[in-house]
Amino acid sequence: MKDYRTITKIAGPLIFVEKTDPVMFSEMVNILLPDGSIKRGQVLDTSRDHVVVQIFEGTAGIGINSGVRFLGETLRMPVSRDIIGRILNGSGDPLDGGPPIIPDKKLDINGSAINPYARESPKEFIQTGISTIDGTNTLVRGQKLPIFSGSGLPHNEMALQIARQAKVRGTGEDFAVVFAAMGITHEEAEHFMDDFERTGALKRAVVFLNLADDPAIERLITPRMALTTAEYLAFELDMHVLVIMTDITNYCEALRQIGAAREEVPGRRGYPGYMYTDLATLYERAGKVKGKKGSITQIPILSMPGDDITHPIPDLTAYITEGQIVMSRELHMGGIYPPVNVSASLSRLMNAGIGPKMTREDHKVVSDQLYAAYARGKDLRGIVAIVGKESLSEKDSKFLDFADLFEKRFIQQDTNENRTIEDTLELSWELLNSIPEDELSRIDAKFIQKYHHDHREKPATAGKAPAGK
Amino acid sequence: MNRTGEVYRVAGPVVTATGISPSMSDVVLVGDEQLMGEVIKIVGLQSIIQVYEETAGIKPGEPVAETGKSMMLELGPGLLGSVYDGIQRPLSVLMEKEGTFIRRGATANGLDRNVRWPITVTVKAGDRVKGGDIIAETKEKNVVHRIMVPPGISGTVAQVFPGEKTVEEVIVKLADGTELKPMHKWPVRLPRPVTGRLMPDLPLTTGQRILDTMFPLAKGGTAAIPGGFGTGKTVTQQQLAKWSDADIVVYVGCGERGNEMTEVLTEFPALTDPKTGDALINRTVLIANTSNMPVAAREASVYTGVTIAEYYRDMGYDVSLMADSTSRWAEAMKEISSRLEEMPGEEGYPAYLSSRLSQFYERGGRSKNLNGSEGSISIIGAVSPAGGDFSEPVTQNTLRIVKVFWALDTKLRERRHFPAINWLTSYSLYSKTLEAWYQDNVDPEWTQLRSWAMNILQKEAELLEIAQLVGTDAMPKEQRLTLEMARMVREIFLQQSAFHDVDTFSSMKRQFALLNCIKMYSDAASEALARNVSLHEIASLPIRTELTRAKFEKDMDNQLASIALRIRPEMEKLKEVSV
Repeated sequence: MKDYRTITKIAGPLIFVEKTDPVMFSEMVNILLPDGSIKRGQVLDTSRDHVVVQIFEGTAGIGINSGVRFLGETLRMPVSRDIIGRILNGSGDPLDGGPPIIPDKKLDINGSAINPYARESPKEFIQTGISTIDGTNTLVRGQKLPIFSGSGLPHNEMALQIARQAKVRGTGEDFAVVFAAMGITHEEAEHFMDDFERTGALKRAVVFLNLADDPAIERLITPRMALTTAEYLAFELDMHVLVIMTDITNYCEALRQIGAAREEVPGRRGYPGYMYTDLATLYERAGKVKGKKGSITQIPILSMPGDDITHPIPDLTAYITEGQIVMSRELHMGGIYPPVNVSASLSRLMNAGIGPKMTREDHKVVSDQLYAAYARGKDLRGIVAIVGKESLSEKDSKFLDFADLFEKRFIQQDTNENRTIEDTLELSWELLNSIPEDELSRIDAKFIQKYHHDHREKPATAGKAPAGK
Repeated sequence: MNRTGEVYRVAGPVVTATGISPSMSDVVLVGDEQLMGEVIKIVGLQSIIQVYEETAGIKPGEPVAETGKSMMLELGPGLLGSVYDGIQRPLSVLMEKEGTFIRRGATANGLDRNVRWPITVTVKAGDRVKGGDIIAETKEKNVVHRIMVPPGISGTVAQVFPGEKTVEEVIVKLADGTELKPMHKWPVRLPRPVTGRLMPDLPLTTGQRILDTMFPLAKGGTAAIPGGFGTGKTVTQQQLAKWSDADIVVYVGCGERGNEMTEVLTEFPALTDPKTGDALINRTVLIANTSNMPVAAREASVYTGVTIAEYYRDMGYDVSLMADSTSRWAEAMKEISSRLEEMPGEEGYPAYLSSRLSQFYERGGRSKNLNGSEGSISIIGAVSPAGGDFSEPVTQNTLRIVKVFWALDTKLRERRHFPAINWLTSYSLYSKTLEAWYQDNVDPEWTQLRSWAMNILQKEAELLEIAQLVGTDAMPKEQRLTLEMARMVREIFLQQSAFHDVDTFSSMKRQFALLNCIKMYSDAASEALARNVSLHEIASLPIRTELTRAKFEKDMDNQLASIALRIRPEMEKLKEVSV
């Protein structure tokens, strides 16, 4: 292989190389530094005249005389069954002092699009034990459901709780967690690793760590490495894989940095115009496919700059993902964990995963009723702030109280509290009992007869402990 | 002569080639794997090509071959029930060939070459035929597929060959030797010609109460559904695809989620068309170019959809085309434009955004076809405005063209009011034109009832502003009654569950009956209030609960009839408040 010494320009994370033999688009590149060390990069633009290379580890130390070696292949991730339980850096090299991974296969990290025709509709209910997810924003296998958070909010706690408690009921199938950290702090990473180790989750996890002080450009490949691994585990080893990616905001920052260095026409807030497509190539790698046992469920975490949900990162994400769990600073300040803003959250695949045989027949209507009643109660808070509680009608004050109750009983739960879906639904009926029955317009009469606490003689789930704490 | 040149530069989906001299919009085959691309710019000896597939691994020096043609679609029997990507590759065939993932460079014919269609030729030797004329028929699913002379060809029929034919076999031979087959090809970016345009004065009924009653769309009309994420664009689009009374539905999933296409694929075969009783999938063509599939093919996908729609319109059918989402299409244009280093217009979109959008929507309409039949294409485009802000360029440019605006609202979504269509900001410019049809076909009282409902909702909005300041208790009882009645219109009539077996589709007669019951309740309530009955009693008559639940009952028609008879007597039974 030839080493070129024809660098003509170095700008930010990019180097420009001239007079090369034909170089492939997306080809991997090694840069040989005078001190003998090697930096890695990838071709962004190739032509007869010059080649543009983005350097993952930053261009510090690279000079006009550095050697450039084109490796003749696109970026590939070595995978094998032994990868489970390993901790790797953002470029896929071992961090845990273990031996390098002996590849069973080397897979292109960009993957290929899943043929929409080959997909299977996700519909297996995942019980996370968290009422605000199971009850009102149900997660199913193969879904991509991000957590929209803000700085200082307990999104990591919640992600960990999901990772600990998530299960599909009545199955003992193989499952694994793939964790991709992009630009998170050592402290946060430590927190995740601790929890993984403490709960034994590490034995069935693959961890990719690109930390805050690691090169920003490497963040562009970390999630792709992780998802390539996930695809291998899911579609070749038949495992059910939960992928947690945090923090997508850092990934997008890296994308913007590359865009700026290439002097591209910026889109909204300086992010590149292709950010939607780029994010889609990550998120759309979730799913279930025909003829394969495994599945990939994604929980990306992103922090909304300035808690602004219309910021391009959460905005574009929500247009691709199947819903979103939104965290609320207000609830967090009010001491409520998990501080899920139920009104703004949504699971698009919820209807496929709930109902008779999957959860319970009344699940959908109960959830709709909770949403509607909570929304009405929250609206009334606004009025109360102006005219005082006294001027509310009797009915309205019941809704006002319902909103408080909903936050304190339904949303609030302990980090270790693992509620079954029956617990959550029973709790819901208990709360709905506090508003007049003729206001339950979302619920069919037959379910009211069957489940409403005023109608049934004894609890339907006789023998079970009542819901809540 | 189709020349072969070589790749000069690769930057993402844009490839520059030298050594070929194609025309604009010609298809070329790029690289050793012969990836399909389209010429989008010519600068001196360099041709700039957008490639419909991932370009990783291509290097300068690889061959680029001309084809001498622009991008063509295969039109003929076999389209219905198919699922294509943006460039008409059938995804089912790709799955058989390639498995779960779409490998690049994969090829597949748009129409199956092996199926033999029973062809009845409807012309005979000696007949003069011209472009658009129907020469044969076959049965495609349960639709009569009329095979036409491709526009631009004419002559005298010399020989006919009926019987079981594949799409490539000759069925009619003209005197000049031209062979006509069940399949012909048509350039995707060129609108198929018609004789003239007709006024859209028939409604496209959809079974969705807020749409049909409040903001109706005409057959051949154009509508936009803008809304932030999660407001229900896709659900609304799918409801329209399921229940609109079009003969043929073309559904373009443009840059959207893979799982949503799967949902359509699994649901449609199981659902039946209320009009024909046949499975919905049998009248549907799906184009699925999901967000992670190549961006250039996404750009092409809406043209593929509309060309197929035009083809069925030419047979004399009413076609509805759903494009979900046009914003992703516009973004594809933006991405390609920025790779070309074009000077951007508003918010980075290319300056030609507006003209591309209007060209697309103008391919809809009701028209007199070349063969004398009448057909229509109704276009319903979803728009996904960034940050839910309707002032962004795609929404604004779309609104300048379309005649119906169904505004989806995040606030309504948050309180689970579905469909989350805002009744104060939405509009339909067809409502006046269609009034006559509704009066003749649904009920003579139609127009009055509709204005009553619109009116009360308008009043509610005004009153709510006051209520925010003084609280409802401080308002006069008449106004409080208006608020209650408006709530009934919203909760009983406007809210409709797409996931409830009965409620998902509401016939025009039912829509009228339901709204009429609410009005009767409201009228009787006003009288009772004038008699000094307490508002609480008026508003909580048991029959109201019955009315609320009626829309979920299979026996809804009889229930509504019975409720209609009982409202007034029950209201009259209420006692006045003693002072």
